[in-house]
Amino acid sequence: MVKKTLIPIGPYHPLQEEPELFKLYCEGEIVKDIKWETGYNHRGIEKLSEKKTYDQSFFLVERICGICSTSHPFAFANAVEEIGNIEITNRAKYIRSIIGELERIHSHLLWVGLAGHFLGYNTVFMWAWKYREPILDLFEMISGNRNSYAMFKVGGMRRDIENSKIPLIQEILDKFKKKNNLLVGAVMDDPVLHARTKGVGVLTKQDIIDYAAVGPTARASGIDVDVRRDDPYAAYPLVNWKVITAEAGDVFAKAEVRLLEMYESISIIEQCLEGLKKEKEGDINVKVKDIPEGWGTGRAEAPRGEVFHYVLSDGSNSPARHKIRAPSYTNIATFKKSCVGQTISDATISLAAVDPCYCCTERMAVAYDRNTGEKIMNGKDLIALSAKKTENIKNQF
Amino acid sequence: MAEQLFYFLIYPGLLFAAVIGAFLSWYDRKITAWVQFRKGPPLFQPFYDFFKLLLVKETILPKYGSKGVFLLAPIFAVFGAAISGVFILLPLLGIQSGFQGDLIVIFYLLTIPSLTYIIGALASGNPLAAVGGSREMKLILSYELTFLLVIVAIIQKAGLTISFSDIIAEQNLNGAFAGNISGIILFIVAIFCIQAKLALVPFDMPEAETEIASGIMIEYSGTPYALIKLTKYIMFFILPAFLIGLLWSGLNFQGINILWSILKILFVVLLLTLIRNTNPRVKIKQAVRYFVIWMNLLAIIAIVLSYFGY
Repeated sequence: MVKKTLIPIGPYHPLQEEPELFKLYCEGEIVKDIKWETGYNHRGIEKLSEKKTYDQSFFLVERICGICSTSHPFAFANAVEEIGNIEITNRAKYIRSIIGELERIHSHLLWVGLAGHFLGYNTVFMWAWKYREPILDLFEMISGNRNSYAMFKVGGMRRDIENSKIPLIQEILDKFKKKNNLLVGAVMDDPVLHARTKGVGVLTKQDIIDYAAVGPTARASGIDVDVRRDDPYAAYPLVNWKVITAEAGDVFAKAEVRLLEMYESISIIEQCLEGLKKEKEGDINVKVKDIPEGWGTGRAEAPRGEVFHYVLSDGSNSPARHKIRAPSYTNIATFKKSCVGQTISDATISLAAVDPCYCCTERMAVAYDRNTGEKIMNGKDLIALSAKKTENIKNQF
Repeated sequence: MAEQLFYFLIYPGLLFAAVIGAFLSWYDRKITAWVQFRKGPPLFQPFYDFFKLLLVKETILPKYGSKGVFLLAPIFAVFGAAISGVFILLPLLGIQSGFQGDLIVIFYLLTIPSLTYIIGALASGNPLAAVGGSREMKLILSYELTFLLVIVAIIQKAGLTISFSDIIAEQNLNGAFAGNISGIILFIVAIFCIQAKLALVPFDMPEAETEIASGIMIEYSGTPYALIKLTKYIMFFILPAFLIGLLWSGLNFQGINILWSILKILFVVLLLTLIRNTNPRVKIKQAVRYFVIWMNLLAIIAIVLSYFGY
């Protein structure tokens, strides 16, 4: 019998920018089993959110993830607005969609660059990140920040996109499109990249359904799912666009879906900019007096998939309960299917292919006693605690 | 004896080859930076890197594994590289004519650095290093045969001589071997072999930073790692120089020819740099297949072609 070796990827490893631990149990180069440990990034965001007002919570949820920093406020806004039955103005809807799609472009470019880096193709890494720069400049122009834009609030937006800026945005987008064509061509037509990514880390349709994977990971396996279309919000029902899918389910298909989605995003932004011209400037807010009692759910299609926020309101100015589920939570679980049976080289790129975001995902941490190895707070205790808390909240109403 | 020591330690051995190799590695990094829209390091960066590792950084030894072998491996690597440097550069720079059969000796000596990397990696007791070591082993097994076939083809072209200086003399008399079809094929095959010998992308899977975190080098730090860097600098000069000697009529340092010689080396290194910047890393299985089937096939075609005088 061949002895299994443990190849650790993490807690600190050049493969991923965040701390996490993947244990690859290998026979030679073949990965026979995979286990992972996350929890290095737990920050107690949900609890913190309960201590903050709705306005402050936007800044908090924005900091859940550094890359998709709009998708969380987006979902949170959808949730809170559902509680209060708040209908925002069309101009605010357009601006929300523009920010969301710009973010998708920069996140997908970031992934393409990183995927190149993981394959040892540092030229793609540098090029993709260079071409991402104009998008970040656009963000800086619109919101004043390259990242964490602080644009969202209940009932509208904090900043307007002035009509005078629209031609300039359009110009930057046009320039970006030309450069992007170059990059997409270089990535899609490279025969060595095909050799490295085609047939690697395949997730079948059934795997996606079993693990409830979302976003580009699911769409690359032929599952036609996109919250922007399935549960319309913001300006997405007002513009024409289509959901990109691929059938193969391998790493190349995931790259293909992401690269083609960028073109859809550009098209959405352009239509939104057209829409902005028709709306009255400065009309970006509706007056929100207070958030009534009740609960609401908000979904948003982040670059990595569906972000889900649940907010329970007790009528005060801060959420009584705030539950967050990020797309990576389900996508990470697919590693069991995509990595086992591959070589180490293929497993590492398969790990990266779902674009995992651990700080998005980590909502709970379990503490172990160092000496006895026992859980200090096990799942049962937590469920009991949670039930007790729900009971308390019910009693208050 | 003093003369031999001078050859080995100063010119054209350890010191000379290392200094030129360090400048070439700066050139490689600068070209890479230009390709990637970056600024690139200052001219003396390779020296700063080396001396910082040698003098400043502490040496951390692996807790498990054989410490003696682990520390000896880089020393053997440097000596292997330096001595093959001497055998290559003595005829190439026109200092001495070498001896009959030195081509075979050079071929064997050039594998010493890779072999010592494997020994050092396996002695470190790190699982990632073990994966890297096994990859390096597979890589050596695949490219060495191809490299040998290239040398066989050149021996045939040079009229069955196994002396490096005779090969260079033959080319100076009748034109470079790379001047016809078989020569060009051999040049391409040899470039890929050198790429693999230097462990550059697309054949850097023994080190594969994002997969196994520098694999065979993972446990090295401080002075031993500085020696490995030194080995890499030397190899980065002598392998392109060896290729030029084999196929491109060697180097000539008389009058204006010195410029031409420098350009030749810079051109070969530029080729290596561009290949490494326009390709992703291939899998070890793909690399083995690439060498064992395609590159060997090309080399054999070149041998046949050169037999018929093309």
